Formats: sequence, C-alpha cells, structure tokens
Amino acid sequence: METPLKHTPLRAWHVEHGAKMVPFAGWEMPIQYAGGALQEHRLVRTSAGIFDISHMGQLELRGPDAPAFLDYLLTSSMSTLEAGNSRYGLICDTDGGVLDDLFVYRLQDKWWIVINAANTESDYQWFRQHASEYEVELANVSDSTAMFAVQGPAAIEIMDDVSGGRVSAIPRFGAADCSIVGVNCLVGRTGYTGEDGVELFLSTAEAQTVWAAILDSEVARRADLSPVGLAARDSLRFEPGFPLYGHEISREVTPVEARLTWACDFDSNFIGRDAIFARKETGPAQRLCTFTLTERGVPRQDCEIFAPAGEAAGSDGRRIGTVVTGMFAPSAEVYAGNAFVETAYSKVGAEFEVDIRGRRKAAVVVKRPLYKPAYK
Amino acid sequence: MTFDKDVKYLESHEWARKDGDVIVCGISDYAQDSLGDIVFVELPEVGQSLKKGEAFGVVESVKAASDVYMPVSGEIVEINGVLEETPETVNEDPFGDGWLIKIKASDPAEYDGLMSADDYKTYTEGLEE
Repeated sequence: METPLKHTPLRAWHVEHGAKMVPFAGWEMPIQYAGGALQEHRLVRTSAGIFDISHMGQLELRGPDAPAFLDYLLTSSMSTLEAGNSRYGLICDTDGGVLDDLFVYRLQDKWWIVINAANTESDYQWFRQHASEYEVELANVSDSTAMFAVQGPAAIEIMDDVSGGRVSAIPRFGAADCSIVGVNCLVGRTGYTGEDGVELFLSTAEAQTVWAAILDSEVARRADLSPVGLAARDSLRFEPGFPLYGHEISREVTPVEARLTWACDFDSNFIGRDAIFARKETGPAQRLCTFTLTERGVPRQDCEIFAPAGEAAGSDGRRIGTVVTGMFAPSAEVYAGNAFVETAYSKVGAEFEVDIRGRRKAAVVVKRPLYKPAYK
Repeated sequence: MTFDKDVKYLESHEWARKDGDVIVCGISDYAQDSLGDIVFVELPEVGQSLKKGEAFGVVESVKAASDVYMPVSGEIVEINGVLEETPETVNEDPFGDGWLIKIKASDPAEYDGLMSADDYKTYTEGLEE
C-alpha cells in the first residue's frame, strides 16, 4: 500500500498561488508556480525568492558528548565549530558510501542538524544506533519544524525589514535566534542556491504567519519577492556545483568520486574514514565531472556516456559513465550536466558523447562550478 | 487558456492548420502550459516523410521530454528554425510564431478527421479530473 503524501503547513497557500504540486521524497511539494521555473531561477539570481522546504528533516542534539559523537558520525569535524556557526558534512558508512549530506548548526545550548527529506528516518535511526555509547540526547523534530529559505541579492535586506535589522548582523554560515513578527525563528545565513540569503526554522504552527509576513514586507514587495519551487531549486543548486542526494552523492559512491574530500577531516576518526582515505590514495576509477553539450539537447539523469568513437579520438567508443544531473542551466545558458565518468575522462577539456534517447550528442568537461557563488 | 478555433487538434496535444497547400503543425496552448518552460525543441530533417501518428520530434521542458506526433502523413517541407535559438517561442506564441513544422500532406482526408477546438477543449477538461 502506498503511504499518503505528507503536506507542509503551506500546502493550501501553494495551490492557491498557482503551484504545480508533485510527489517528492514522500511529500507533496510545489515544483513550480505560474510564472515557471526559469523565471523563478532568474528572480533568485537577480532579486530574491522564497522557498518552502519544510519537507527537510531536522534533528536536535544535546549533551556533553555531542561534539565527539558528531566527529565520529560525520566526515567533517564539528567539535572545532564555534557556537553560532554552521558547517557542511556527510554521513558515510564504514565502506565510505555516502548515506546523506547535511548541515550542522552549533547553537549555544544544542546542535541543530538539517538532513534530506528522503533520508530523515534512516538518518535518525543511524544516529540513534550509534548514540548508545555517548552521553547525548537526540530528538527528531522534523514534524514540528517548518523550514523556509529566502535567497538572492535582496534577501538580506528583506529579512532585515522583518527582523528589525537583526539578520544582516549574522555572518555567512552564522546562525542566530531572531524574532520575526513576534515569532521566534532560528535564522542561518546559509542556503543552497549560490546566492546570499537565509534559511529559517520555526514551529509549523507559526509557518503561515511568518511566510505571509515576509512576502508582505515593504522591501519584499519592492524586490518582487516570489515563491520558488523545487525545479528552480534544482537548477539553482546545480549551477554552483552543490551536490544533491540521489544524484551526485549516494550509497554507491564515496566522497572521493563525488569530489567532496574537502568535507572530510582525515585527522578525525569518523565512520568510513579509512575506506575513504584508501580510495583517495589509490585514486578512484570514476569521478564526478561537469560537462556542457557542444550541440543542442537536454541531458537527463541516467543518460549513458560513451567515449568518442573512431580512431582519431584514440578510443573504442565504449561506455564510460552515466549522467546524474542534467538540464538547461538558466544562468550559465548552457545545456549541461554532472556525470560520473572514468577518471581519465573527468578532467577539464575531456570530450565524450552523451546518449540522449538514442542520439549521441558531443560534450566537453568544463571547469566547476558553472556559476560562482555570489558570496564568495 | 486559448483554444484557437482556426486549427484542428490531436489527443496528443498537437494542432494542425491548413495554410495553402501545406499543413502547419505545433503544440497547443494547453500542452505548452502543462509542459512549462520549453528549453529545447528537436525537429526532423526537411524532406523526411513520416506517417500520421509517428513521432517527428521532441519538445523538452525544464523537467521532461515529450515526443510530438504527425497530425497527418506526408513530407516535412519546412521546420521552424527560430526555435533552435529561442525554444521559449513555443510558450509565448504556441499557435503563431511557435509553430514546429510544415507538412505536404499525402492524404488530405486525414486532416478532416482531426478534432475541432470545441471537442479538444472538452477532451482536455476530461483530463483535469
């Protein structure tokens, strides 16, 4: 039997505002609104967009062993994180396979962990399984927590307008409690679009009030702040090179293939450390690359990749990889994708062919990222 | 939503219009709206002959690729080259500048058998349920 889809507190609002709703990771979510995904993408790059991402999971961790526990479970060291800051990390299995990626915020009295909707339950169980030897308290607060993102060059000014100027004082990757129209929200200067902006966490009971207040603010109206769906969220994260679980990262790859060793602290003895380190030393057979098509066409996930055929190319036309993300990239204005290919073909300038519904289209590996994050 | 009265429709959401001795074909307003932003259109070679109901190309939106089908049998005599650079023209003007192909029909009776605007409108309303 199929489990009924979960709804965020804003489902009715999305439908009223012309959203197309689709199933995603067990939730019914807006994929786009009336103006379309390209317009939403461009709005975030030029002004600001607001995202209901309440499907994402949140874990709350407390206790004296929390830093040591997180250092053991996650690839990046969290014990060195200062209160009021956040850091990206991965959960890996002992063989180095990636179970999920996450963001950890260290707050004054607790740790706040943001995980993918599809993995919320399995991540929670993984944390619980390993918690017994540590003095920690763990809670899955996903169901009572709403999460929004406000992203784009105008995002901070908008959030200042509704928080009495509190948000601009938070540094990049910082986090602080802010009152927004009298509602207590945790605000992180984080996001997954390549633009400056915030992610907000609040009680689901207050979600509609805060969502409406942000959209209604004077600065927001001037900036034409509009809701953004999952389709634009995907193109916005793809261009700056941010991985998405089930695409660039999965149980089948280690951080070495996925080019995420920068998020691995090899001085720390985390689960999977030895396997990942060994893979790094021997070199991976396959590696993630970003490519653009040199002829027109839209690559999609699961398209197969072949070495260029013919003697001139010095290869045999064999299969060398698979596309994991593909699209028309709206800001870079190219047909592009991410793929795992044999390592020799993963270097900038390497050429190969992408099979799109039986037609081979020429592609070239390009420098990552396609879009340089605005806050860097 | 526009249901242009001057064209005939297919259940697969293409439209066809008689223009002198050729049949112009595109996708309906309903189709472009359902697909969302169109980012790529793949069209056949001029001179190719295809049968009614055969796929002649692909319209790709942000999220999906959809085949487009011949409204009548015949030879492709022209393709809309504008769409290579600006595929979004299909969204902006599906019955006008966003046309896809022109066909020299081999059997004029096939055109007469296509759906009227009213029938197509009723048909799409049934799809909403």
